[in-house]
Amino acid sequence: MGMSIQQIIFMVLSFVALVSALGVVLSKNPVSSVLCLIITFFAIAGHYILLNAQFLAVVHIIVYAGAIMVLFLYVMMLMNLNAEVEPQKRNWLKYAGAISGGALLVVLVAALRDASMPALTDNASEVGLIHNLGKLLFTQYVIPFEVSSILFLSAMVGAVVIGKKD
Amino acid sequence: MPVQYYIFLSIALFCIGVMGVLMRRNAIIIFMCIELMLNAVNLLLVAFSKMWADAGRVDAGSAQLFVFFIMVVAAAEVAVGLAVITMVYRNTHSVDINILNRLKN
Repeated sequence: MGMSIQQIIFMVLSFVALVSALGVVLSKNPVSSVLCLIITFFAIAGHYILLNAQFLAVVHIIVYAGAIMVLFLYVMMLMNLNAEVEPQKRNWLKYAGAISGGALLVVLVAALRDASMPALTDNASEVGLIHNLGKLLFTQYVIPFEVSSILFLSAMVGAVVIGKKD
Repeated sequence: MPVQYYIFLSIALFCIGVMGVLMRRNAIIIFMCIELMLNAVNLLLVAFSKMWADAGRVDAGSAQLFVFFIMVVAAAEVAVGLAVITMVYRNTHSVDINILNRLKN
């Protein structure tokens, strides 16, 4: 069975993403959970590049793997969380959660197994370049863009208000 | 490369996120699993954007902009959510979600 280079990259990135996502869920130490999630985000960024979404890949690395995960890591370090103080659920509850997630996986895969979808071509599209997305963002989506700036402002004010010492 | 591969990968990541929410008691880890679910959906949107671009549709970039907006909302959500978790920790010295049971009284 001959595999193209794109399929090989896809398989490797998917494997890394799934294994490190399982690492997030299964690792006892919360800090290693955060590091596993960063690896997952890098693998997803690789998928974005594979799908010709270059701008999104860069934004994803900057915002998610950079800013958001640093925030998580900072909070973990602030609370001095480690494997010893990690609260553990009872075993049967863990199994129940795993079985529920697995059942959801089985149902969704079974529902979409026979869907007829077109195959993705290998040719590069110009859609994901900042030039096109910027034009679209500031013409068709300019109102959501401005509203999201208000959302950001209110989120910042809210975080400060919540975190204020009374 | 069929689109189905990306759909199944996205489903798998989403279900791992669901499992994490159900299996863990640490509020921060649960929050991280929610981020994982958001990213699964983002990946699906980007795959569909590529599918539409291959079909020659002019508005294939809309899906990528939706991913962009989801990232914006997720960033705001993380800022507020971690502030809330930090405040709960300051009052209870724990990030265990079972502590929130005492809200009943």
